Amino acid sequence: MAAQIPAAAVFTPASPMGFWQTYGPRADPVTALNWGFSALSIAVVVIVTALVVAGVATRAHRGAAPMADLPVVRGPGGMRWIYIGTALTLVALVGSLAWTVAVLAAVNSPASKPALTLEVTGHQWWWEVTYEGDPGESFTTANEIHIPVGQPVLVKLKGADVIHSFWVPALTGKTDTIPGRTNVAWLQADRPGVYRGQCVEYCGVQHAHMALFVRADPPAEFRAWRDGQLRPAPAPATAQAGAGEQVFVSRCGACHTVRGSDAGGAAGPDLTHLMTRTTLAAGTLPNTVGALLGWIEDPQSVKPGARMPPTYVPPPQLAELSAYLETLK
Amino acid sequence: MSAWEDARVPESARLGSPSLGERLEAIWGDGPGLRGWIASVDHKEIGKRYIVTAFAFLVLGGLEAVAIRAQLAGPDLRLLSPEAYDQLFTMHGVTMIFLYAGPILSGFANFLWPLLLGSRDMAFPRLNALSYWVYIAAGLFMYAGFVVGRGPDDGWFNYVPYASREFDPGINIDIYALGLILLGISTTVGSANFVVTFLRTRCPGMSINRVPILTWGTLTASVGNLLAVPSVSLAFFLLWMDRQFGTHFYDTAQGQPLLWQHLFWMFGHPWVYAIVLPAMGMVSDGLPTFCRRPLVGYTPVALATVTTMALGFGVWVHHMFATGLPSLALSFFSGASIVIVIPSAVAVFAWTATIWTGRPVITTAFLFFAGMIVLFVIGGVSGFMTAAAPLDWQLTDTYFVVAHLHYVLIGINVFPVAGGLYYWFPKITGRMLDERLGRWNFWTMFAGFNIAFLPMHLLGVLGMPRRVYTYPAGMGWSATNLAISLGAVLFAIGVLLLFVNVWLSLRRGAPAGDNPWDAPTLEWATSSPPPAYNFAVIPSVASRHPLWEERLGESEGRSRLDEGLLLDRGRETIGTTPLDAEPDLILEMPADTAAPFILAVGLAILFTGAAGHWWWASGGGVAVIAIALLMWFWPRRVHADEPAEPAHG
Amino acid sequence: MAEATYRGEALPVGARGRNSVGWWGVLCLIATEASLFAYLLFSYYFMAVQRGAAWSPDPHPTMKLAGPNTIILLLSSGAAWWGEQGAKQGRRGRQLLGLGLAIGLGLVFLIVQGFEWKAKKYSVSSSSYGSLYFTITGFHMAHVVVGLLMLMAVWIWSAMGLFNPRRHAPVSLSALYWHFVDVVWLTVFFSFYLSPYLMW
Repeated sequence: MAAQIPAAAVFTPASPMGFWQTYGPRADPVTALNWGFSALSIAVVVIVTALVVAGVATRAHRGAAPMADLPVVRGPGGMRWIYIGTALTLVALVGSLAWTVAVLAAVNSPASKPALTLEVTGHQWWWEVTYEGDPGESFTTANEIHIPVGQPVLVKLKGADVIHSFWVPALTGKTDTIPGRTNVAWLQADRPGVYRGQCVEYCGVQHAHMALFVRADPPAEFRAWRDGQLRPAPAPATAQAGAGEQVFVSRCGACHTVRGSDAGGAAGPDLTHLMTRTTLAAGTLPNTVGALLGWIEDPQSVKPGARMPPTYVPPPQLAELSAYLETLK
Repeated sequence: MSAWEDARVPESARLGSPSLGERLEAIWGDGPGLRGWIASVDHKEIGKRYIVTAFAFLVLGGLEAVAIRAQLAGPDLRLLSPEAYDQLFTMHGVTMIFLYAGPILSGFANFLWPLLLGSRDMAFPRLNALSYWVYIAAGLFMYAGFVVGRGPDDGWFNYVPYASREFDPGINIDIYALGLILLGISTTVGSANFVVTFLRTRCPGMSINRVPILTWGTLTASVGNLLAVPSVSLAFFLLWMDRQFGTHFYDTAQGQPLLWQHLFWMFGHPWVYAIVLPAMGMVSDGLPTFCRRPLVGYTPVALATVTTMALGFGVWVHHMFATGLPSLALSFFSGASIVIVIPSAVAVFAWTATIWTGRPVITTAFLFFAGMIVLFVIGGVSGFMTAAAPLDWQLTDTYFVVAHLHYVLIGINVFPVAGGLYYWFPKITGRMLDERLGRWNFWTMFAGFNIAFLPMHLLGVLGMPRRVYTYPAGMGWSATNLAISLGAVLFAIGVLLLFVNVWLSLRRGAPAGDNPWDAPTLEWATSSPPPAYNFAVIPSVASRHPLWEERLGESEGRSRLDEGLLLDRGRETIGTTPLDAEPDLILEMPADTAAPFILAVGLAILFTGAAGHWWWASGGGVAVIAIALLMWFWPRRVHADEPAEPAHG
Repeated sequence: MAEATYRGEALPVGARGRNSVGWWGVLCLIATEASLFAYLLFSYYFMAVQRGAAWSPDPHPTMKLAGPNTIILLLSSGAAWWGEQGAKQGRRGRQLLGLGLAIGLGLVFLIVQGFEWKAKKYSVSSSSYGSLYFTITGFHMAHVVVGLLMLMAVWIWSAMGLFNPRRHAPVSLSALYWHFVDVVWLTVFFSFYLSPYLMW
C-alpha cells in the first residue's frame, strides 16, 4: 500500500494556517463573523481617523501665535457628539452580540452524530491520537490525524503534562488540553485535503515545534488507511530488517511502541506506522530517510530541549535500523 | 506661636512677601546630601524618581523586544536559543506591564496630584516614599535572576502546570513569584495614598465635580488596584507554596490548574485598565489645553472612567475562552466584554468633539494626544473582535492578540505618557522640550509603531501563534515578520529621540515660565519647577478651570490664587470634606525620615531570604521591618507643652 | 462656596479619630485585605465545587475548638471597643484594661487555634483541602499576630501617657483593624465549619 501520496496531488489551503477561508461547519460560521467584524472594525477605524484628521486640519489655528493670545471659548454642540456616537456604538454592539451568540449556538455541536471519536492528548511536544472504538477497533498514532471527509469528528482533549491547545484553523477554533480534565471539541472537513494545525498555548521550550496535520479523505480511502493502522507491524522480511528490529527494541523501545514487536514504551509517539506519516517531530521535519536518521542521532539540534535524547547508533546498526523503520508502513 | 493649640482658626495671607516663600522653603525643603535624598518624602521628588526609573525599565523592555524581533525577522533563525528567547519574551512582558506601565503613571500622578488639587503634599508622604523604594527593590529583585540566566521563562502570565516545580524546577519562577508579591506591596500602598489624598486633601472649593480627569483616572485605578492586586499576590504565593512546600493548589492530581488562571486574570484584567485609565486622564486634561476649550462632556468622561473599571472586574474569563467553559459562561463574558466598549467610546467621542468644537494648536504634545485617539480605536476594535468567544477561538494566542495588546498598551499608555512628558516637562524641570525634535520624535514613533504592529493583525489571521521562538518558511509569515522587525527598529529610534530630546532640553531647553501653555488647572499657577511647598497660600477654587475662569465667564464665584490659607506652623496643609471640599482639619505632614527606606530594605532582605530558603535572613528582615515601623509610628508630642492625659479613670 | 479668607470655626490640628487621614488609610488597608480573603475563600469554594464532597478528608469538621474560639475573638473585639471608649473619655485605666483584655483574649485565640491545628489528621501538603485549610487559617492567624503586635504597641504607648482624649488615633486605628480581623474570622469559620452543611 502506497505510504504517501505525493503532496502535489492533495489539496492544501494556500495559506497553511490562515482562517480567512475555512473548510468545515465548525469554522465557517466563525469565518463569516470574522469577515463581518473585520469590516465593521476597519470602517470604525477609518471613520474615527478621518474625523480626527479632518478636525485637526479644518479647525487648527494657523501661524505661531503664543498660546496666551489664543482665545479660550466653550463652543456649543459638543455633547451631541457623545450622544450620537455612543448611540451608534450601542446599536453596533448589540447587533454584534446577537450575532456572536447565534454563532456560538451554531458551532456548539455537530448537526449529526459524530462518525468518529478521537482522543487527543497533548504532550511536550507532540500529539498522541487514539482512535476510539471496541477492542480491536481502536489504535493509537501520533501527530497526523486522518478523518473521513464531510462527517463530524468528536475530539476529546486531554493533557499529559502541561496545558497545550489543539488548533486546526481551517477546520475548528482552538480548545486547550488541560491536565486533569477532558475537554471536548469537534471538527469536520467538507473538502478532501491536508490541513495544518499547531499547539497554540505556550507549553515550554519547543512550543514552536508542535504542529499536527489533519487529512480528510473520501470514505473509502479513509477506511483503507484506518484498516492499515489497525494492523500491527509486519514481521521483518529481511535479515537486515530483523537485525534492525533488535536495534530498535533495545535502543528505542523504552520510549516508543511498535505493535507487533517487543517495543512498548509510552513516553514517546507510537511508531507502528511511522512511514504513513508525511512529517516527523510534530511537523518539524519531512519524513525522509535523511531527516529521520539525522533526527535519531541528534534531535537536540532540531528541537533543542525535546525529551528525546541524542542516540548515536554506529553505522552498521544504523543501516539495519533504517531498513527496519522503512518497513513500518 | 509657642503655646500649643489642638485647634485654631487658620490664618490667611496674601501673596507678595518674599519672606513668606523663604519661611515655607525652610519648613518644606529636603535635607542636604545623601541622607536628605534618602529621607525625602516630597511627592515631587518621589514622582521624578518614579518617572526616571520607569523610563529606564521601558528601555530595558525595549531592548528585550528588539532582541525578540531580531530572532523573528526571518524563518528558522538561530540568533537565540529557545530558552533564551523564552526568558526574553517573559521579561519583556513583566518589565513593560509591571515595571514600566503602572509606575510611570504613578510617577506623573505623584508629581502632579498635590499641584492639581491645590495641596502641599499627598496624604501619606512617608508611604509615598515607601512605595518608590519597594518598587525599585522589586524591579532589581526580578532582574537579579534574569541577569544570571535564571529569569522567569513561562511568560508574564506564568500558567501552571508549566510553572510548577515538576516542569520548571529552577529558581526562575520563584524569583518572579516573590518579586511580584513584593511589587504588589508598592502598588497597594501607593493606591491607598491616592485614594485618601483624593478624599481628604483637596483645596477648599474643589468639590468632587471639579477635579481634573487625570485625578479621576488615577483614583479609579487605585481603587481597582486595592481590590485586584491581592488576587495576583495570592496566586503567586500559592504557587510559591506549591513549589517549596508541596502544597496542592495547582497540581493536576489534587489541585486545579484552572484556579491559577482565575486568580491571575481576576487581577490581570482590572490591571490593564489601571495602566490606561490614568493615561486617558492625561489626554482628557491635556488635549483641551491645546484645543483652547474645556473638555466636552466632563461628567460623562468621569463616569465612563469609573464604569470602565467597575465593568473591568466582570470580564476576566475572556482570557480563558479556550479552556472548555460552558456556553452560558461564554455568552455572559462575551456580552460583558462587548459592553465595556461603551464607556471607552464615550471618551473617544468626547476627545473628538473637543477637537471639532475647539481651535486646536498643533504642538508635539497635541500630536501625541490626538494620535493616541486613533491608536486607541484600533486597539479597541481588535479587542471587540476577540470579545466574541467563537471568534476568539480563532484569534486568541495568535499575533492578532499581540497586535491588540500593543495597540492598547502603547496607544493608550506610551503615547499619552509621551504627550504628558511634552506637556508637563516644563512644569517639572522649568525648561521646554524642543518642538522641532519633538515633531521628528512623534512621527518616527507613530510610523514605526504602526509599521511594526498593524501587520500583526494580518499575521494573526494567517495563523501565526504567539510565544514561538521561530517559525517555518512557507507559511506566508516571513515577509510580514521582516517588515514588523524593521518597523520595530524605527519605533525604537523614535523612543530614543524622546530621550535625546529630554537630555538636550535639560541642558539647553528654553526657560518655561509658570504657564507656557496657558493651561487652566492649578499646577500652572506655581513656578516651574514648583517650590518645595507648592503653594505659598492654599488656593481656593470655584470651577474646573481656575486659570480660565475670567475668560470663560461661567462660574458664580471666583477662584482665589493670590490669597488663601497660610498654614505655616510646621508642615501643614488643609484637610477638606470628601464631596464638597470644605475645610475641616489642619493636617500635620511628617518631616523627612529614613524609615520608609529602612522598611524597604527590610522587605528586600525578607524576600531575598525566602527566595534562597535562608530563613534566618528572612527573620532578620522582619526585625528590620519592625524597627522601621516603630520609627514610623511612634507617637510624638508635637509641642513641648502639650498637656498630658488627665490622670483619672 | 469656598472663601479665600477662612472665616469659620477653629479647625482641629492633627489627627482626630475618624476624621484623620490615618482612619481612611486603615479603611483602604481593610479593603485590600478583605479582597485578599475574598480571593482565598474563592479558591476554597472553587475547589469545593470542582471536586465535590469527596474532596475533603474531613467534610464536616468539628466545632469543638473553633466554636468557643469564635466567641473568644468576639469578646476580644468587644474589649478593644471598650478600651477605645476609655481612650475617648480620657479614662486611662479603662483604656489599659480594655486593650489588655483584647490582647489576652487574642493570645488565647492563637493558642486554641494551635491546638486545633495539631488535632487535624491532615497536613498542608497531604491534600488540597489541607493546603487550603492551613493556608487560609494561617493567613488569618498572621493577621491576628499583626493585630496583637499593634495592640501591644498601643498598650505600651497608652501606659506611657502619650495619648489624650483628643489625640489617640493609634488606639482607634488598631481597634478598627482588630474588628476587621474578627469579621474575617467569621467568614473563615462560616466557610470551613458551616458551609459544608449547605454544600453537601
